[in-house]
Amino acid sequence: MSTDISQRPDGMAAPANPDDPFLVVDGLTVKFPTHDGLVQAVTDLSYSVERGKTLGIVGESGSGKSVSSMAVLGLHDPKHTRLSGSIRVDGQEVIGASEDRMRKVRGNSVAMIFQDALTALHPFYTIGDQISEGYRIHHRVSKGEAKKRAIEMLDRVGIPQPNRRVDDYPHQFSGGMRQRAMIAMALVNDPQLLIADEPTTALDVTVQAQILDLLQDLQREFNSAVIIITHDLGVVAELADTTMVMYGGRAVEYGATREILTHPEMPYTWGLLGSIPEVAGDANVRLVPIPGNPPSLLNPPEGCAFHPRCPHVDKVPGDLCRTTLPALVPGDRGENHVKRCHLANPGEIYTEEVLPEIAPDLIDPTTGEMIAELAAVDPDEV
Amino acid sequence: MTGFIVRRLLTSILVVILTSMFVFVLFFKGLGDSPARNACEKLHNGRCPAPVLASIKHEMGFDRSLASNYTTWAKGIFAGRSNVYSDGKGYNCPAPCFGISQMTGNTVWGDLKQKYPATMTLAVGGASMYLVLGVILGSLAARWRGTPADRLLVGSSLIVSSIPYYLVALLAWIYLSLQFQIFPNTSYYPITQNPGKTFAWMLLPWLVLGLTNCTTYARFTRGQMVETLSEDFIRTASAKGVRTNRVLFKHALRAAIVPVITIFGLDFATLLAGTIFTEQIFSIDGIGRWGLAALQTPMDLNVISTVVLVSSILVVVANLLVDILYSFLDPRVSIA
Repeated sequence: MSTDISQRPDGMAAPANPDDPFLVVDGLTVKFPTHDGLVQAVTDLSYSVERGKTLGIVGESGSGKSVSSMAVLGLHDPKHTRLSGSIRVDGQEVIGASEDRMRKVRGNSVAMIFQDALTALHPFYTIGDQISEGYRIHHRVSKGEAKKRAIEMLDRVGIPQPNRRVDDYPHQFSGGMRQRAMIAMALVNDPQLLIADEPTTALDVTVQAQILDLLQDLQREFNSAVIIITHDLGVVAELADTTMVMYGGRAVEYGATREILTHPEMPYTWGLLGSIPEVAGDANVRLVPIPGNPPSLLNPPEGCAFHPRCPHVDKVPGDLCRTTLPALVPGDRGENHVKRCHLANPGEIYTEEVLPEIAPDLIDPTTGEMIAELAAVDPDEV
Repeated sequence: MTGFIVRRLLTSILVVILTSMFVFVLFFKGLGDSPARNACEKLHNGRCPAPVLASIKHEMGFDRSLASNYTTWAKGIFAGRSNVYSDGKGYNCPAPCFGISQMTGNTVWGDLKQKYPATMTLAVGGASMYLVLGVILGSLAARWRGTPADRLLVGSSLIVSSIPYYLVALLAWIYLSLQFQIFPNTSYYPITQNPGKTFAWMLLPWLVLGLTNCTTYARFTRGQMVETLSEDFIRTASAKGVRTNRVLFKHALRAAIVPVITIFGLDFATLLAGTIFTEQIFSIDGIGRWGLAALQTPMDLNVISTVVLVSSILVVVANLLVDILYSFLDPRVSIA
């Protein structure tokens, strides 16, 4: 299937330049006023995604990953949300856009896959009904045609006997099949941006791999932009071209995935890497958990939000970590790798202190340096 | 499915049989020989000579065992009875025989058939009104939750619920029917003869029943809707680009309505068993009023027991229907 962007089914004006990123988020801030105070869910977040590329957003629960992507679809209740900054989908501003215009975007040029397909699918409607409903909202077709389309989509995402399963209810599907159906539902209108919010979290490992493969295949086929939200660095390593690490509602590290995974410069990212159990590796390597709890978004810590949990605070002179919020700026590795940290020599600390503990096999025993293959990673190569 | 229905049907029948035994013991045995004494005094101007009492007791079966009495009574329901004793006379009572009404001298079943259309009309009209109104108001309140409209609805529904029902009915009758003559006639007019007249006469009772009861349904529906609206599948629907009203009235209501229907089924059964206040105040000749009349001394035990038995059967049947309906409303419930 070709994606001819000059013919937009939603009738929106074509963007000035098709090579521009499909999604540009600039200075996005999301706040929820509650009885207990103002929840600062996302603060000053900027990123962009091009067609055919994948952005991975990584972070703990409550780090603002899902909130920021729901904002792209305008899914926050405007009465209970304060939004500022800018989100441009295909050149069109989303923040402040009318409900009517947002509805034309939702499920059409931007679609979303949710975490737990069992609760995200309506329990009382058949899979086919739910997929064809999405198709009929954005296309003037008969029920029969929409159902045919639903069967075609189920077949495309690898559901066996799709013309029979189309009349099944979600509870009659297995977990993996439900997630496939969810993907079919999201892709029914050939979206140019697909946001997958923890698409594999509720699945068992073998099914996870299948779903990730499927997502990759479909992206190649449709050339869509993909945002994958996860707390699993493995998923990011597998799928994402660029990676953004979020903490306490802010981006703390952002760059090419390979670069972020091999030369992380922010202690929180080190912590995430240290928390991954390695199946094939040395069984004696310790899993290093990040101590403490995610920060409260009602009363975020002064200075760097990570400082109460950061084991490297004492390496920064003075009270900088506790008093001053570090800016998101390029570190030692060039313009395209930005991080939010006061540490002056993160590369050294990572190689000398962190890596030997979390992955000693990545250290060359003779030189005490990172092995050559890792060290050779080009920070600008996506 | 069939297996489930058969099993449920069998338990329902068992419940009905047990209820009938309970009703029989309560109304025919528990009162001792007072029914015979009453009949005797009625026939002999307040005096009751011992030989006459003995003969009446024999006619009424007081000299036989409980089991034998029950069998005669229960068999009569299916096969009918001949020569049923009532007030010094023998009556023929074809099946289904629930005895002879002392008030009219007719068979109880004959009277029941006559009274039933009124109660049925009242119940169907009133119940559909409160279900539809309640669900619509509740959904709208959920949609506008937190706004003054929502608070007004919840608040006024609390006020209406806290006023005794008979007071509302009585005031409605006094003002709307007697004083201002907006509904000059309130009663049951046979629906087969002139449906228009039936509608005009029944409108006030329907309104009173509908408006007072819809508040409970509005609050219940609102609660269910608010809960459903926070479900993940509602967010999915919005993310697909579904219109807000369609999200509300298709996706959310479809899920929220199931428990509402369950409660409604049971409520409706109680309504079918007669609404004494409504029928009495609006002079509707239905089951409730009939049962009330039967309570005057001397009590018309056959009528009372029949009203109780029929009501309990209706509740049992409604329970069964709700269970079966559930499997159609919620595809996850498989009752194989």
